[in-house]
Amino acid sequence: MASYDVMPDVQLYQPAEMDDALELADRFGRDGWILGGGQDTYGWLKDRAKHPKAMIDLNGIEALRGVRKSDDGIEIGAVTTLREIIRNETVNAEYELLALAAGRVASPQIRNVGTLGGNLSQDARCWYYRRGLACYRAGGNICYADSPQGMNREHAVFGASRCVAVSPSDTAIAMVALDATMVVQSVDGERLVPAERFFVGPATHITKMTSMRPGEILTAVRIPSTWAGARFYFEKVADRDVWDFALVSIAAAMQVDNGTIGDSRIVCGGVACTPHRLRDAEKALAGKSLSDETAEFVAPLASRGAKPLNYNHFKLPLLENLLRRAVRG
Amino acid sequence: MNPNLSRRRFIKAVIASGAAAATHAGMPSALAAGAADDATKGGVERLMSLNINGKIRRVDVLPQETLAYTLRYKLGLTGTKIGCNRGECGACTVLVDDIPNYSCSTLTHSVRSRGVLTVEGLQAPDGTLHPVQQAFIDELAPQCGFCTPGQAMAAVGLLKDNPNPTREQARQALSGNLCRCGAYDNYLNGVMRAAGGKA
Repeated sequence: MASYDVMPDVQLYQPAEMDDALELADRFGRDGWILGGGQDTYGWLKDRAKHPKAMIDLNGIEALRGVRKSDDGIEIGAVTTLREIIRNETVNAEYELLALAAGRVASPQIRNVGTLGGNLSQDARCWYYRRGLACYRAGGNICYADSPQGMNREHAVFGASRCVAVSPSDTAIAMVALDATMVVQSVDGERLVPAERFFVGPATHITKMTSMRPGEILTAVRIPSTWAGARFYFEKVADRDVWDFALVSIAAAMQVDNGTIGDSRIVCGGVACTPHRLRDAEKALAGKSLSDETAEFVAPLASRGAKPLNYNHFKLPLLENLLRRAVRG
Repeated sequence: MNPNLSRRRFIKAVIASGAAAATHAGMPSALAAGAADDATKGGVERLMSLNINGKIRRVDVLPQETLAYTLRYKLGLTGTKIGCNRGECGACTVLVDDIPNYSCSTLTHSVRSRGVLTVEGLQAPDGTLHPVQQAFIDELAPQCGFCTPGQAMAAVGLLKDNPNPTREQARQALSGNLCRCGAYDNYLNGVMRAAGGKA
Protein backbone atom coordinates (compact mmCIF):
# COMPACT_ATOMS: atom_id res chain seq x y z
CA MET A 1 0.00 0.00 0.00
CA ALA A 2 1.27 3.45 -0.86
CA SER A 3 2.34 5.75 1.91
CA TYR A 4 1.82 9.48 1.58
CA ASP A 5 3.78 12.46 2.79
CA VAL A 6 0.75 14.65 3.04
CA MET A 7 -2.48 14.55 4.95
CA PRO A 8 -5.68 13.92 3.00
CA ASP A 9 -8.40 16.51 2.68
CA VAL A 10 -10.17 16.73 5.98
CA GLN A 11 -11.84 19.59 7.75
CA LEU A 12 -10.61 20.87 11.08
CA TYR A 13 -12.68 22.38 13.86
CA GLN A 14 -11.13 23.95 16.92
CA PRO A 15 -14.02 24.74 19.27
CA ALA A 16 -13.27 26.75 22.40
CA GLU A 17 -16.31 25.56 24.34
CA MET A 18 -17.43 22.08 25.32
CA ASP A 19 -20.99 22.62 24.08
CA ASP A 20 -19.68 23.44 20.63
CA ALA A 21 -17.49 20.35 20.56
CA LEU A 22 -20.45 18.19 21.55
CA GLU A 23 -22.62 19.76 18.88
CA LEU A 24 -19.94 19.11 16.25
CA ALA A 25 -19.44 15.53 17.45
CA ASP A 26 -23.18 15.00 17.20
CA ARG A 27 -23.43 16.59 13.77
CA PHE A 28 -20.59 14.55 12.26
CA GLY A 29 -21.25 11.29 14.12
CA ARG A 30 -19.21 8.51 12.54
CA ASP A 31 -17.60 10.99 10.12
CA GLY A 32 -16.14 13.02 12.96
CA TRP A 33 -12.76 12.30 14.51
CA ILE A 34 -12.12 13.55 18.04
CA LEU A 35 -8.61 14.96 18.14
CA GLY A 36 -6.46 15.04 21.27
CA GLY A 37 -2.71 15.02 20.71
CA GLY A 38 -3.24 13.46 17.29
CA GLN A 39 -0.49 10.88 17.70
CA ASP A 40 -2.88 8.01 16.95
CA THR A 41 -4.62 10.06 14.26
CA TYR A 42 -2.28 11.29 11.57
CA GLY A 43 -0.90 7.85 10.71
CA TRP A 44 -4.41 6.59 9.97
CA LEU A 45 -5.08 9.60 7.76
CA LYS A 46 -1.71 9.67 5.97
CA ASP A 47 -2.08 5.97 5.18
CA ARG A 48 -5.60 6.60 3.86
CA ALA A 49 -6.73 3.76 6.09
CA LYS A 50 -9.50 5.78 7.81
CA HIS A 51 -11.52 8.51 6.20
CA PRO A 52 -13.12 10.94 8.64
CA LYS A 53 -14.64 14.08 7.14
CA ALA A 54 -13.73 16.34 10.02
CA MET A 55 -11.34 16.47 12.94
CA ILE A 56 -12.71 18.04 16.10
CA ASP A 57 -9.70 19.35 18.02
CA LEU A 58 -10.37 19.52 21.77
CA ASN A 59 -7.13 21.25 22.73
CA GLY A 60 -8.67 24.72 22.79
CA ILE A 61 -11.18 23.77 25.50
CA GLU A 62 -9.61 24.91 28.77
CA ALA A 63 -12.15 23.01 30.89
CA LEU A 64 -10.76 19.72 29.58
CA ARG A 65 -7.23 20.43 30.78
CA GLY A 66 -5.58 19.83 34.12
CA VAL A 67 -5.64 17.75 37.29
CA ARG A 68 -8.21 18.80 39.89
CA LYS A 69 -8.84 17.53 43.41
CA SER A 70 -12.40 16.33 43.86
CA ASP A 71 -14.49 15.26 46.86
CA ASP A 72 -13.20 11.75 46.58
CA GLY A 73 -9.88 11.67 44.79
CA ILE A 74 -8.89 13.53 41.64
CA GLU A 75 -10.34 14.36 38.25
CA ILE A 76 -8.08 14.65 35.22
CA GLY A 77 -9.31 16.45 32.10
CA ALA A 78 -9.14 14.39 28.93
CA VAL A 79 -6.76 16.69 27.04
CA THR A 80 -4.28 16.91 29.88
CA THR A 81 -1.00 15.88 28.28
CA LEU A 82 0.97 12.91 29.53
CA ARG A 83 3.83 15.34 30.20
CA GLU A 84 1.60 17.30 32.59
CA ILE A 85 0.50 14.11 34.34
CA ILE A 86 4.06 12.84 34.76
CA ARG A 87 5.03 16.16 36.37
CA ASN A 88 1.91 16.62 38.49
CA GLU A 89 2.57 16.71 42.24
CA THR A 90 -0.71 15.15 43.36
CA VAL A 91 -0.46 12.34 40.85
CA ASN A 92 3.10 11.57 41.94
CA ALA A 93 2.31 11.77 45.64
CA GLU A 94 -0.85 9.68 45.68
CA TYR A 95 -1.39 7.93 42.36
CA GLU A 96 2.17 7.27 41.29
CA LEU A 97 1.02 4.24 39.32
CA LEU A 98 -0.47 6.59 36.71
CA ALA A 99 2.69 8.71 36.52
CA LEU A 100 4.80 5.57 36.06
CA ALA A 101 2.51 4.32 33.30
CA ALA A 102 2.34 7.70 31.53
CA GLY A 103 6.12 7.95 31.73
CA ARG A 104 6.50 4.77 29.70
CA VAL A 105 4.31 5.85 26.81
CA ALA A 106 6.03 6.15 23.41
CA SER A 107 8.71 8.87 23.33
CA PRO A 108 9.27 12.24 25.07
CA GLN A 109 7.92 14.26 22.13
CA ILE A 110 4.81 12.10 21.95
CA ARG A 111 4.25 12.41 25.70
CA ASN A 112 4.61 16.19 25.32
CA VAL A 113 1.51 16.40 23.16
CA GLY A 114 -0.24 13.06 23.71
CA THR A 115 -3.29 13.38 25.93
CA LEU A 116 -4.67 11.09 28.60
CA GLY A 117 -8.00 10.78 26.76
CA GLY A 118 -6.21 9.96 23.53
CA ASN A 119 -3.96 7.39 25.13
CA LEU A 120 -6.98 5.69 26.70
CA SER A 121 -9.03 5.69 23.49
CA GLN A 122 -6.26 4.71 21.07
CA ASP A 123 -6.95 2.04 18.50
CA ALA A 124 -5.44 -1.43 18.14
CA ARG A 125 -1.90 -1.69 16.79
CA CYS A 126 -2.28 -4.94 14.86
CA TRP A 127 -0.33 -4.16 11.68
CA TYR A 128 -2.78 -5.94 9.40
CA TYR A 129 -5.51 -3.68 10.73
CA ARG A 130 -3.31 -0.56 10.69
CA ARG A 131 -2.46 -1.23 7.05
CA GLY A 132 -6.08 -0.78 6.15
CA LEU A 133 -6.84 -4.43 5.31
CA ALA A 134 -10.46 -5.52 5.50
CA CYS A 135 -10.08 -7.63 8.63
CA TYR A 136 -12.79 -8.32 11.22
CA ARG A 137 -11.89 -5.18 13.15
CA ALA A 138 -12.21 -3.12 9.97
CA GLY A 139 -15.63 -4.61 9.27
CA GLY A 140 -14.45 -7.52 7.09
CA ASN A 141 -14.66 -11.24 7.69
CA ILE A 142 -11.12 -12.52 8.15
CA CYS A 143 -8.32 -12.22 10.69
CA TYR A 144 -4.92 -12.07 8.99
CA ALA A 145 -2.98 -12.32 12.26
CA ASP A 146 -4.66 -15.53 13.40
CA SER A 147 -3.98 -17.49 10.23
CA PRO A 148 -1.34 -20.20 9.55
CA GLN A 149 1.10 -17.66 8.09
CA GLY A 150 -0.06 -14.76 10.25
CA MET A 151 2.54 -12.87 12.28
CA ASN A 152 1.06 -12.73 15.74
CA ARG A 153 3.99 -12.33 18.10
CA GLU A 154 2.41 -9.19 19.59
CA HIS A 155 -1.14 -10.48 19.75
CA ALA A 156 -3.56 -11.72 22.39
CA VAL A 157 -3.35 -14.74 24.65
CA PHE A 158 -6.66 -14.04 26.41
CA GLY A 159 -10.15 -13.05 25.37
CA ALA A 160 -9.77 -13.20 21.59
CA SER A 161 -12.92 -13.54 19.55
CA ARG A 162 -12.22 -13.61 15.79
CA CYS A 163 -9.95 -10.53 16.24
CA VAL A 164 -6.72 -11.20 18.21
CA ALA A 165 -5.45 -7.61 18.61
CA VAL A 166 -4.40 -6.36 22.05
CA SER A 167 -5.00 -3.19 24.03
CA PRO A 168 -1.97 -0.95 23.36
CA SER A 169 -2.56 1.65 26.08
CA ASP A 170 -0.11 1.93 28.97
CA THR A 171 -2.35 4.23 30.99
CA ALA A 172 -5.40 1.99 30.52
CA ILE A 173 -4.06 -0.72 32.83
CA ALA A 174 -3.20 1.90 35.46
CA MET A 175 -6.75 3.26 35.20
CA VAL A 176 -8.31 -0.15 35.74
CA ALA A 177 -5.93 -0.85 38.63
CA LEU A 178 -6.88 2.49 40.23
CA ASP A 179 -10.59 1.74 39.67
CA ALA A 180 -11.09 4.97 37.72
CA THR A 181 -14.35 6.18 36.21
CA MET A 182 -14.58 7.66 32.72
CA VAL A 183 -16.76 10.72 32.18
CA VAL A 184 -18.33 10.50 28.73
CA GLN A 185 -20.43 13.34 27.34
CA SER A 186 -22.69 13.80 24.35
CA VAL A 187 -25.42 16.28 23.42
CA ASP A 188 -27.80 14.00 25.33
CA GLY A 189 -25.92 14.39 28.59
CA GLU A 190 -23.26 12.67 30.59
CA ARG A 191 -22.65 9.06 31.51
CA LEU A 192 -20.13 7.59 33.91
CA VAL A 193 -18.38 4.40 32.88
CA PRO A 194 -16.14 2.37 35.19
CA ALA A 195 -12.74 1.83 33.54
CA GLU A 196 -13.30 -1.91 33.42
CA ARG A 197 -16.42 -1.46 31.31
CA PHE A 198 -15.00 1.41 29.25
CA PHE A 199 -12.67 -0.98 27.43
CA VAL A 200 -14.47 -3.62 25.40
CA GLY A 201 -13.28 -6.80 23.74
CA PRO A 202 -14.05 -8.13 20.26
CA ALA A 203 -16.87 -10.34 21.55
CA THR A 204 -18.72 -7.15 22.53
CA HIS A 205 -17.72 -4.71 19.76
CA ILE A 206 -15.33 -6.07 17.20
CA THR A 207 -14.69 -2.72 15.51
CA LYS A 208 -14.17 -0.72 18.69
CA MET A 209 -11.76 -0.72 21.64
CA THR A 210 -13.99 1.28 23.97
CA SER A 211 -17.67 1.62 24.76
CA MET A 212 -17.71 5.13 23.28
CA ARG A 213 -20.42 5.72 20.70
CA PRO A 214 -20.34 8.09 17.71
CA GLY A 215 -21.04 11.61 18.91
CA GLU A 216 -19.59 11.00 22.36
CA ILE A 217 -16.50 12.62 23.84
CA LEU A 218 -14.39 11.36 26.72
CA THR A 219 -14.09 14.51 28.82
CA ALA A 220 -12.43 13.44 32.06
CA VAL A 221 -11.22 10.58 34.19
CA ARG A 222 -12.05 10.37 37.89
CA ILE A 223 -9.74 8.43 40.17
CA PRO A 224 -11.22 7.60 43.60
CA SER A 225 -9.12 7.93 46.75
CA THR A 226 -9.56 4.19 47.40
CA TRP A 227 -6.07 3.41 46.18
CA ALA A 228 -4.33 6.69 46.99
CA GLY A 229 -0.93 6.00 48.49
CA ALA A 230 -1.25 2.24 48.04
CA ARG A 231 1.74 0.10 47.11
CA PHE A 232 2.15 0.35 43.35
CA TYR A 233 4.11 -1.62 40.82
CA PHE A 234 4.33 -0.85 37.12
CA GLU A 235 6.49 -2.53 34.53
CA LYS A 236 6.31 -2.57 30.76
CA VAL A 237 8.29 -4.99 28.63
CA ALA A 238 8.73 -3.89 25.03
CA ASP A 239 11.24 -4.57 22.27
CA ARG A 240 12.66 -1.06 22.64
CA ASP A 241 12.37 1.20 25.68
CA VAL A 242 11.09 4.03 23.51
CA TRP A 243 8.15 4.12 21.09
CA ASP A 244 7.32 0.43 21.24
CA PHE A 245 4.04 -0.82 22.61
CA ALA A 246 4.00 -3.30 25.46
CA LEU A 247 4.57 -6.97 24.74
CA VAL A 248 3.35 -7.50 28.28
CA SER A 249 2.88 -4.86 30.97
CA ILE A 250 1.61 -4.94 34.53
CA ALA A 251 0.04 -2.34 36.80
CA ALA A 252 -0.58 -3.39 40.38
CA ALA A 253 -2.22 -1.53 43.26
CA MET A 254 -2.04 -3.31 46.60
CA GLN A 255 -3.11 -2.37 50.11
CA VAL A 256 -0.19 -3.59 52.19
CA ASP A 257 -0.22 -3.55 55.98
CA ASN A 258 2.92 -4.62 57.81
CA GLY A 259 4.10 -6.56 54.79
CA THR A 260 0.76 -8.36 54.45
CA ILE A 261 -1.29 -7.86 51.31
CA GLY A 262 -4.97 -7.00 51.68
CA ASP A 263 -7.05 -5.98 48.68
CA SER A 264 -5.29 -5.68 45.38
CA ARG A 265 -5.99 -4.93 41.74
CA ILE A 266 -3.52 -6.36 39.27
CA VAL A 267 -3.96 -5.56 35.62
CA CYS A 268 -1.95 -6.60 32.57
CA GLY A 269 -1.61 -5.00 29.16
CA GLY A 270 -0.55 -6.49 25.85
CA VAL A 271 -2.18 -9.85 26.52
CA ALA A 272 -5.85 -9.23 25.70
CA CYS A 273 -7.95 -6.77 23.76
CA THR A 274 -8.78 -5.02 27.01
CA PRO A 275 -6.76 -4.41 30.17
CA HIS A 276 -6.62 -7.92 31.66
CA ARG A 277 -7.25 -8.29 35.38
CA LEU A 278 -5.55 -11.17 37.17
CA ARG A 279 -8.51 -11.87 39.43
CA ASP A 280 -7.34 -15.30 40.57
CA ALA A 281 -4.02 -13.86 41.63
CA GLU A 282 -5.73 -10.96 43.42
CA LYS A 283 -7.81 -13.45 45.46
CA ALA A 284 -4.83 -15.67 46.19
CA LEU A 285 -2.74 -12.71 47.34
CA ALA A 286 -5.16 -11.60 50.06
CA GLY A 287 -3.59 -12.28 53.43
CA LYS A 288 -0.21 -13.27 51.99
CA SER A 289 3.03 -11.46 52.68
CA LEU A 290 5.09 -9.67 50.08
CA SER A 291 7.77 -12.29 49.57
CA ASP A 292 9.49 -14.63 47.15
CA GLU A 293 7.33 -17.51 48.44
CA THR A 294 4.16 -15.59 47.63
CA ALA A 295 5.57 -14.73 44.22
CA GLU A 296 6.19 -18.40 43.45
CA PHE A 297 2.76 -19.33 44.76
CA VAL A 298 0.72 -16.90 42.66
CA ALA A 299 2.80 -16.72 39.47
CA PRO A 300 1.24 -19.74 37.73
CA LEU A 301 -2.20 -18.18 38.20
CA ALA A 302 -1.27 -15.34 35.85
CA SER A 303 -1.19 -17.47 32.73
CA ARG A 304 -4.01 -19.85 33.65
CA GLY A 305 -6.55 -20.10 30.84
CA ALA A 306 -4.28 -18.47 28.26
CA LYS A 307 -4.63 -19.50 24.63
CA PRO A 308 -1.41 -18.52 22.87
CA LEU A 309 -1.21 -18.20 19.08
CA ASN A 310 1.60 -19.50 16.87
CA TYR A 311 4.23 -16.94 17.83
CA ASN A 312 3.31 -15.54 21.22
CA HIS A 313 3.86 -18.36 23.72
CA PHE A 314 6.70 -16.28 25.15
CA LYS A 315 4.10 -13.97 26.68
CA LEU A 316 3.11 -16.59 29.26
CA PRO A 317 6.41 -16.82 31.21
CA LEU A 318 6.76 -13.05 30.75
CA LEU A 319 3.36 -12.52 32.35
CA GLU A 320 4.18 -14.86 35.24
CA ASN A 321 7.52 -13.18 35.84
CA LEU A 322 5.98 -9.72 35.90
CA LEU A 323 3.48 -10.89 38.53
CA ARG A 324 6.38 -12.36 40.53
CA ARG A 325 8.22 -9.06 40.43
CA ALA A 326 5.12 -7.15 41.50
CA VAL A 327 4.69 -9.13 44.73
CA ARG A 328 8.12 -10.38 45.75
CA GLY A 329 8.62 -7.55 48.19
CA MET B 1 -4.18 30.04 23.74
CA ASN B 2 -5.05 33.39 22.30
CA PRO B 3 -7.59 34.83 24.78
CA ASN B 4 -9.57 36.38 21.94
CA LEU B 5 -9.80 33.07 20.20
CA SER B 6 -10.88 31.17 23.29
CA ARG B 7 -13.87 33.47 23.69
CA ARG B 8 -15.09 33.01 20.18
CA ARG B 9 -18.20 30.95 20.07
CA PHE B 10 -19.12 28.05 17.85
CA ILE B 11 -19.13 29.14 14.20
CA LYS B 12 -16.42 31.63 15.01
CA ALA B 13 -14.29 28.89 16.53
CA VAL B 14 -14.75 26.71 13.49
CA ILE B 15 -11.54 27.32 11.66
CA ALA B 16 -12.45 25.32 8.61
CA SER B 17 -15.52 27.39 8.04
CA GLY B 18 -13.91 30.08 5.97
CA ALA B 19 -15.96 33.02 7.20
CA ALA B 20 -14.55 33.13 10.70
CA ALA B 21 -10.97 32.35 9.84
CA ALA B 22 -10.95 34.61 6.84
CA THR B 23 -12.31 37.49 8.87
CA HIS B 24 -9.65 36.73 11.43
CA ALA B 25 -7.09 36.98 8.68
CA GLY B 26 -8.48 40.31 7.56
CA MET B 27 -9.84 39.18 4.21
CA PRO B 28 -12.65 41.15 2.50
CA SER B 29 -16.07 39.79 3.41
CA ALA B 30 -16.93 38.89 -0.19
CA LEU B 31 -13.92 36.60 -0.35
CA ALA B 32 -14.79 35.21 3.05
CA ALA B 33 -18.25 34.21 1.84
CA GLY B 34 -16.72 32.33 -1.07
CA ALA B 35 -14.30 30.60 1.27
CA ALA B 36 -17.19 29.47 3.44
CA ASP B 37 -18.70 27.63 0.49
CA ASP B 38 -15.39 25.95 -0.17
CA ALA B 39 -15.11 25.04 3.48
CA THR B 40 -18.19 22.89 3.40
CA LYS B 41 -16.50 20.89 0.64
CA GLY B 42 -13.48 20.53 2.87
CA GLY B 43 -10.62 22.00 0.90
CA VAL B 44 -9.90 25.62 1.59
CA GLU B 45 -6.56 27.33 1.78
CA ARG B 46 -6.32 30.13 4.27
CA LEU B 47 -4.06 32.83 5.55
CA MET B 48 -2.67 32.71 9.03
CA SER B 49 0.14 34.27 11.01
CA LEU B 50 2.77 32.03 12.51
CA ASN B 51 5.43 33.01 15.00
CA ILE B 52 8.49 31.18 13.68
CA ASN B 53 11.87 31.89 15.24
CA GLY B 54 10.56 35.16 16.63
CA LYS B 55 9.32 36.43 13.27
CA ILE B 56 5.68 36.67 12.26
CA ARG B 57 5.22 34.83 8.97
CA ARG B 58 2.01 35.06 6.94
CA VAL B 59 1.16 31.84 5.20
CA ASP B 60 -1.66 29.95 3.53
CA VAL B 61 -2.31 26.79 5.49
CA LEU B 62 -4.67 23.94 4.69
CA PRO B 63 -6.77 22.75 7.63
CA GLN B 64 -5.05 19.35 7.66
CA GLU B 65 -1.52 20.57 7.01
CA THR B 66 1.29 19.44 9.30
CA LEU B 67 3.81 21.89 10.71
CA ALA B 68 6.72 20.07 9.05
CA TYR B 69 5.04 20.53 5.67
CA THR B 70 4.37 24.22 6.26
CA LEU B 71 7.91 24.86 7.45
CA ARG B 72 9.63 23.04 4.61
CA TYR B 73 7.44 23.61 1.61
CA LYS B 74 5.75 26.93 2.32
CA LEU B 75 8.30 28.81 4.40
CA GLY B 76 11.46 27.28 2.94
CA LEU B 77 12.78 26.32 6.37
CA THR B 78 14.28 23.03 5.22
CA GLY B 79 16.51 22.64 8.27
CA THR B 80 13.64 20.70 9.79
CA LYS B 81 13.91 17.22 8.26
CA ILE B 82 11.13 14.78 7.49
CA GLY B 83 12.33 11.25 8.13
CA CYS B 84 9.51 8.81 8.84
CA ASN B 85 6.69 11.40 8.80
CA ARG B 86 5.01 9.22 11.46
CA GLY B 87 6.38 10.48 14.78
CA GLU B 88 8.79 7.56 14.97
CA CYS B 89 12.21 9.08 14.24
CA GLY B 90 12.48 12.61 15.65
CA ALA B 91 14.20 14.26 12.67
CA CYS B 92 11.38 16.82 12.46
CA THR B 93 11.60 17.91 16.11
CA VAL B 94 10.93 21.62 16.71
CA LEU B 95 10.10 23.53 19.88
CA VAL B 96 6.56 24.78 20.37
CA ASP B 97 6.50 27.18 23.33
CA ASP B 98 9.86 25.65 24.34
CA ILE B 99 8.53 22.06 24.37
CA PRO B 100 9.88 19.55 21.82
CA ASN B 101 7.23 18.43 19.32
CA TYR B 102 7.33 16.21 16.26
CA SER B 103 6.41 18.76 13.59
CA CYS B 104 5.34 15.96 11.21
CA SER B 105 2.66 15.05 13.74
CA THR B 106 1.51 18.53 14.69
CA LEU B 107 -1.16 20.44 12.77
CA THR B 108 0.02 23.90 11.76
CA HIS B 109 -3.35 25.28 12.85
CA SER B 110 -2.70 24.06 16.38
CA VAL B 111 0.38 26.29 16.77
CA ARG B 112 -1.23 29.57 15.75
CA SER B 113 -0.60 32.07 18.56
CA ARG B 114 2.23 29.93 19.88
CA GLY B 115 5.97 30.32 19.40
CA VAL B 116 7.77 27.88 17.13
CA LEU B 117 11.55 27.50 17.23
CA THR B 118 13.31 25.58 14.47
CA VAL B 119 17.00 24.81 13.97
CA GLU B 120 17.28 27.95 11.81
CA GLY B 121 16.40 30.03 14.86
CA LEU B 122 19.15 28.68 17.10
CA GLN B 123 22.11 30.77 16.01
CA ALA B 124 22.57 34.33 17.22
CA PRO B 125 21.87 37.21 14.78
CA ASP B 126 25.62 37.63 14.26
CA GLY B 127 25.93 34.00 13.18
CA THR B 128 27.38 32.66 16.43
CA LEU B 129 26.23 29.09 16.87
CA HIS B 130 24.01 28.11 19.76
CA PRO B 131 26.03 26.39 22.55
CA VAL B 132 24.33 23.10 21.67
CA GLN B 133 25.30 23.42 18.01
CA GLN B 134 28.89 24.31 18.92
CA ALA B 135 29.08 21.47 21.41
CA PHE B 136 27.79 19.01 18.79
CA ILE B 137 30.60 20.12 16.47
CA ASP B 138 33.20 19.92 19.23
CA GLU B 139 32.09 16.42 20.15
CA LEU B 140 31.90 15.29 16.49
CA ALA B 141 28.28 14.37 17.11
CA PRO B 142 26.86 14.45 13.57
CA GLN B 143 27.97 11.79 11.13
CA CYS B 144 25.61 11.87 8.18
CA GLY B 145 23.82 14.78 9.85
CA PHE B 146 20.25 14.02 8.87
CA CYS B 147 19.01 13.58 12.44
CA THR B 148 21.12 16.47 13.77
CA PRO B 149 18.53 19.28 13.58
CA GLY B 150 16.11 17.11 15.54
CA GLN B 151 18.76 16.11 18.08
CA ALA B 152 19.72 19.76 18.50
CA MET B 153 16.12 20.84 19.09
CA ALA B 154 15.53 18.04 21.60
CA ALA B 155 18.72 19.05 23.40
CA VAL B 156 17.79 22.76 23.41
CA GLY B 157 14.34 21.82 24.73
CA LEU B 158 15.95 19.84 27.55
CA LEU B 159 18.33 22.64 28.53
CA LYS B 160 15.54 25.23 28.57
CA ASP B 161 13.63 23.00 31.00
CA ASN B 162 16.62 21.74 32.98
CA PRO B 163 19.90 23.65 32.49
CA ASN B 164 21.90 21.11 34.50
CA PRO B 165 20.73 17.65 33.46
CA THR B 166 22.41 14.43 34.47
CA ARG B 167 23.64 12.24 31.65
CA GLU B 168 20.71 9.90 32.31
CA GLN B 169 18.23 12.79 32.06
CA ALA B 170 19.84 13.83 28.78
CA ARG B 171 19.58 10.27 27.54
CA GLN B 172 15.87 10.26 28.37
CA ALA B 173 15.33 13.66 26.74
CA LEU B 174 16.99 12.58 23.49
CA SER B 175 15.38 9.13 23.49
CA GLY B 176 12.72 10.30 21.03
CA ASN B 177 15.32 10.93 18.31
CA LEU B 178 16.78 8.11 16.25
CA CYS B 179 20.27 8.20 14.75
CA ARG B 180 20.95 5.62 12.08
CA CYS B 181 24.69 6.27 12.34
CA GLY B 182 24.49 5.33 16.00
CA ALA B 183 26.25 8.45 17.25
CA TYR B 184 24.13 8.59 20.39
CA ASP B 185 27.04 8.87 22.81
CA ASN B 186 28.54 11.73 20.83
CA TYR B 187 25.25 13.60 20.97
CA LEU B 188 25.05 12.96 24.71
CA ASN B 189 28.61 14.24 25.11
CA GLY B 190 27.53 17.33 23.22
CA VAL B 191 24.52 17.92 25.45
CA MET B 192 26.64 17.57 28.58
CA ARG B 193 29.27 19.91 27.17
CA ALA B 194 26.64 22.50 26.28
CA ALA B 195 25.19 22.18 29.78
CA GLY B 196 28.49 23.37 31.17
CA GLY B 197 30.15 20.11 32.09
CA LYS B 198 33.11 18.90 30.09
CA ALA B 199 31.24 15.86 28.73
